[in-house]
Amino acid sequence: MSGFSFDAVAAILFIPAAAAAILAALPNYKMTAMVNVIASLLTLLAALSLFVTERPAPGQYLIVDDLNIVFIVLNTFVGFTTSVFSASYIAHELETGRLTAPNLRFYHAMYQIMMFGMNLAFVSNNIGLMWVAVELATLTTVLMVGIYRTHEALEAAWKYFILGSVGIALALFGTILVYMAAQPVVGEGTNAMVWSVLIEKAAHFDPALLSVAFIFLLLGYGTKVGLAPLHAWLPDAHAEGPTPISAVLSGLLLNVALYAVLRFKLLLAASPQAIGPGPLMVTMGLTSLIFAAFMLYRRRDIKRLFAYSSIEHMGIIVFAFGMGGPLANFAGLLHMVMHSLTKSAIFFAVGHIAQVKGTQKISEIRGLTESHPGLGWALVIGVVAIAGLPPLGIFMSEFLVVSSTFARYPWLAIPLVFGLLIAFGALLLRLTGLAFGDPRGGMAPVEASYVPMYSHLALVFAAGIYLPAPLVAWFQHVAGILG
Amino acid sequence: MNGLTFDIAHLLAGSLVLISFMMLYQDRLFALINVFALHAVVLALSVAWQAYIQDAHHLYITAAIALVFKAIVIPVGLHRIIQRLGIHRDIETAVGIGPTMLAGIGLVTLSMVLMLRVTPEADPLAREDLAFALSIILLGLLVMVTRRNAVSQVVGFMSLENGLVLAATGAKGMPLVVEISVAFSILIAFIVIGVFLFRIRERFDSVDVGALDDYRGERR
Repeated sequence: MSGFSFDAVAAILFIPAAAAAILAALPNYKMTAMVNVIASLLTLLAALSLFVTERPAPGQYLIVDDLNIVFIVLNTFVGFTTSVFSASYIAHELETGRLTAPNLRFYHAMYQIMMFGMNLAFVSNNIGLMWVAVELATLTTVLMVGIYRTHEALEAAWKYFILGSVGIALALFGTILVYMAAQPVVGEGTNAMVWSVLIEKAAHFDPALLSVAFIFLLLGYGTKVGLAPLHAWLPDAHAEGPTPISAVLSGLLLNVALYAVLRFKLLLAASPQAIGPGPLMVTMGLTSLIFAAFMLYRRRDIKRLFAYSSIEHMGIIVFAFGMGGPLANFAGLLHMVMHSLTKSAIFFAVGHIAQVKGTQKISEIRGLTESHPGLGWALVIGVVAIAGLPPLGIFMSEFLVVSSTFARYPWLAIPLVFGLLIAFGALLLRLTGLAFGDPRGGMAPVEASYVPMYSHLALVFAAGIYLPAPLVAWFQHVAGILG
Repeated sequence: MNGLTFDIAHLLAGSLVLISFMMLYQDRLFALINVFALHAVVLALSVAWQAYIQDAHHLYITAAIALVFKAIVIPVGLHRIIQRLGIHRDIETAVGIGPTMLAGIGLVTLSMVLMLRVTPEADPLAREDLAFALSIILLGLLVMVTRRNAVSQVVGFMSLENGLVLAATGAKGMPLVVEISVAFSILIAFIVIGVFLFRIRERFDSVDVGALDDYRGERR
């Protein structure tokens, strides 16, 4: 492919796949946790090398362009930090007997297969291959959500499986319709599924067919994004699976589905007579935001609370991309990156908190900053960030979303700001109970890995203070591509 | 397009929709599975016919998968599971049969109106296949939402997936069809039968998904 002997794209795909095979064979859990971390680190390095190596020309199956590099690097970075967190989390689960050694072998192999599926979805240039990759990533997470085999975990996994399958089916139907629209123009065969070919010729496609296809794709992949009427799987899956999986679900898998929606949105935007994707996405985004904001008030389970907060933020991101235009797209991209970093950091903290307290119930956790200052303050910073307070990164991206809405569609800003404020109130209300007051619940000292959560929070903090110029230029460029 | 080949393709796709309707009013698990096996046989015939008229030999593989796996292996396996679990009683439908049938008619009308309107220029055969396929997909969804039993939800999902295969084979020259049908078969075999039913039985002694609802997290 490229003239280099080192092929970064192949490495991104090959390392997780090979690691999964090795991990399935290794019996010792300490070693597998190490291998998991190392494989994730190598994948991250391979992803970073995409910036410096020459890009291969888009092939029939794989593509690397300015858009997906952002997603791949974010994905592999959070994948790596989560694997570090997972190593310490898993050790505790093994001690308490919630998981056994064979479970862990399965868990680690699945973790790498999931990384493989997500990376494949990002680099695929073929809409059929992208569908297969998203499906693969989803199925592995279904298995991991059910790993505790409790009533709740099984119900969550079953619900996730059924809703996810329906989403998968609708997305495949949409993919077939895109092929049908492309086939008269591009001709039969693989080329009519290659995204880089489709985007060049999209203007000549039958607009009505393409519009219907997009609706199916938006509903199908939107189920995975967790958009409001289709979100029912998301809180359960987050609450009942192992916490590292909650972190990657919120931080990464939702982005994968979002990325698929964005690719098809570009296709639709290239066809002038087709329906505008904007209004649909704006509506779904706003609905998710406001719905999730209200749902935040009634949560009793700490992981569910943050799962609803993920729905809220995906709503904001979809809203921003739905509005379109350079500023809103920039804000959407920035918000997506900030949300991934912050939310996974919060889940890292929550995972350890649930372990030391022995419960996920909000009412049984109090005074964390006194009993466990390291975790408590990480949670405080994380929630302050996710609620959108200055000076952290999410404040900036939310501010950009709101100001671009005011500039272009002032009426839409009213429900947007309303939703943001409702969510803000709910999060701070819950936070004061969790973090301050007299400590309640388990007081045992904690062997937490602070590095992943604080490094994420430091990045979010730094982004709120100062964004380096090359990064801004890159994001502006990508926002320009997104139209 | 030769009139007869078109008519045969039309007949097979139309029968699939009809059999999907038959699934809606089955109230015994065994009967539902038998109807599904019939669905799979007709799908295999339809795919084989498409393979013949499009001269696309790889589609014969998809047809063979549908025949062997979906019409024989899965139904036999499900029969065994049901017998072992001792749940060969009535299906607890969440919605009555009358409203379900009416909803089914509405969905078929909807998909006909929608698909025929947006594809005026497409190849007539592919066009009608697509309209039928969407009907089957929507009817499959309807089966899934009107049943409370995990086995019948799986059957609903499989009939939905048959609709997808029909659409994919109808789209002339579509790549990856065989791969997708293999992937779906693996998905069904692995996840559904292997993992979930086994575990759900192990933990609940019931495959009634309604029993799961009691454990919804917020009610603790």
